Amino acid sequence: MCSLCGILGCDDHWTSAVERPGVYTRNTDRQSRRADAARRIRAANRVLGYRRLSLAEWQGTSYVVSSPTGASTVFEALSHLWPEAEALAPRGFDPLDDDLIDWMAKR
Amino acid sequence: MTPVVLLTGFLGSGKTTLLQRLLTDPGLARAAVLINEYGEVGLDHHLLDRIDENVVLLKSGCICCTVRGEVADALLNLQSLRDRGEIDFDRVVIETTGLADPYPVLQTLTAHPVLRSHFRGGGVLTTVDAVNATIQLGHRAEAVRQIAAADRIVLTKTDLADAATVEALRIKLHRVNPAAGVVRSDDAVAGILGGLDASNAGLAVPGVQYDHEHGHHHLHHAHHHDDSLGVITFSLTVERPVDWTDFGIWLTLLLHRYGDRIFRVKGILSIAGEDRPVAIHGVQHLVHAPVHMKHWPQGPRVSRLVFILEGLDPDRIRRSFSAFMRLDVADAAA
Repeated sequence: MCSLCGILGCDDHWTSAVERPGVYTRNTDRQSRRADAARRIRAANRVLGYRRLSLAEWQGTSYVVSSPTGASTVFEALSHLWPEAEALAPRGFDPLDDDLIDWMAKR
Repeated sequence: MTPVVLLTGFLGSGKTTLLQRLLTDPGLARAAVLINEYGEVGLDHHLLDRIDENVVLLKSGCICCTVRGEVADALLNLQSLRDRGEIDFDRVVIETTGLADPYPVLQTLTAHPVLRSHFRGGGVLTTVDAVNATIQLGHRAEAVRQIAAADRIVLTKTDLADAATVEALRIKLHRVNPAAGVVRSDDAVAGILGGLDASNAGLAVPGVQYDHEHGHHHLHHAHHHDDSLGVITFSLTVERPVDWTDFGIWLTLLLHRYGDRIFRVKGILSIAGEDRPVAIHGVQHLVHAPVHMKHWPQGPRVSRLVFILEGLDPDRIRRSFSAFMRLDVADAAA
């Protein structure tokens, strides 16, 4: 269930869509789902490191984002990654900010 | 999956008149119609000749803030009537209030766990009043958003405007949304509706100039700026296949932060490790399920993305894209 809006079965994010005809997804079987989640966590951590946050898998079904001070939040839907990360790092992540662009270019 | 066509357009731009005309066409004989209105008393349904059990009026006004649940309820109700065999329809048309931003309705279709299994976006049809559009576009952000969200723009009241005004408006509309075809409300119904579904599925990607030599992995961009509207249409082309995961992280973050200023993003991607292209189609904060296309369209097999936005610097978006997508300095040359 979505922790923000309370809707059941909401984790059909476009980056990892529920498998159906005509839709591009790597969310097909258990193995590719796990591999994709691992890739996504690596890619997200590349950005989250800018505010010293880190993302990990949580019991194979959810994600947990943590701050260096030990604050952490568990969430299920990928659509909540950025709102949850910004709750822990109030200055947030501006993809058009020069500092973040430079940070990403170096990694 | 039943396609849902969204009929939008500014107040008084001729949505109901167009709907009346469309419903007389045999192609829409089996369409269910939902009408949303702004204000306490619903009037538009009285203006429609064909009122039957498939016409449902959504009364509570502004679709942006209150009606999302009603749209969902009305569609669920139609689905349950169909399941019971009480009605039959092969398409749904939702006429929105003139002040509505189409995004919440599209979001309702995509996000609702039951609706998304039965309905899919069948295209956004936006009416534009040839007489008053220029003034509305200058003053009302909703009017610009409705045009940016359109898969097809229908010019109405062209008989009341002179040819030069209509032509100038066409050029302006093309700048705001080069992806949408422009037709006239007195065109044949087939011309107004034909191919709408395919364009919504992301198969029709707006023409982007191939102004580069082949064999290099350069990222190109071009943009058009309409000063009178503050709307920028901006395109990116990159020859090297993109990493799907990095792209997802980048676009999700960009739309999270700036979705209210990015009216539309549409494109075709060459994904590393995939033979076939993937079409992407987003409206503000929402991205539709990516379409795995059967084959490449004619032309070079490069990724192309088109943005319609306001108040953002295209060059910064290009630099951000390059940095997030791990394109090196040479790749990022404009």
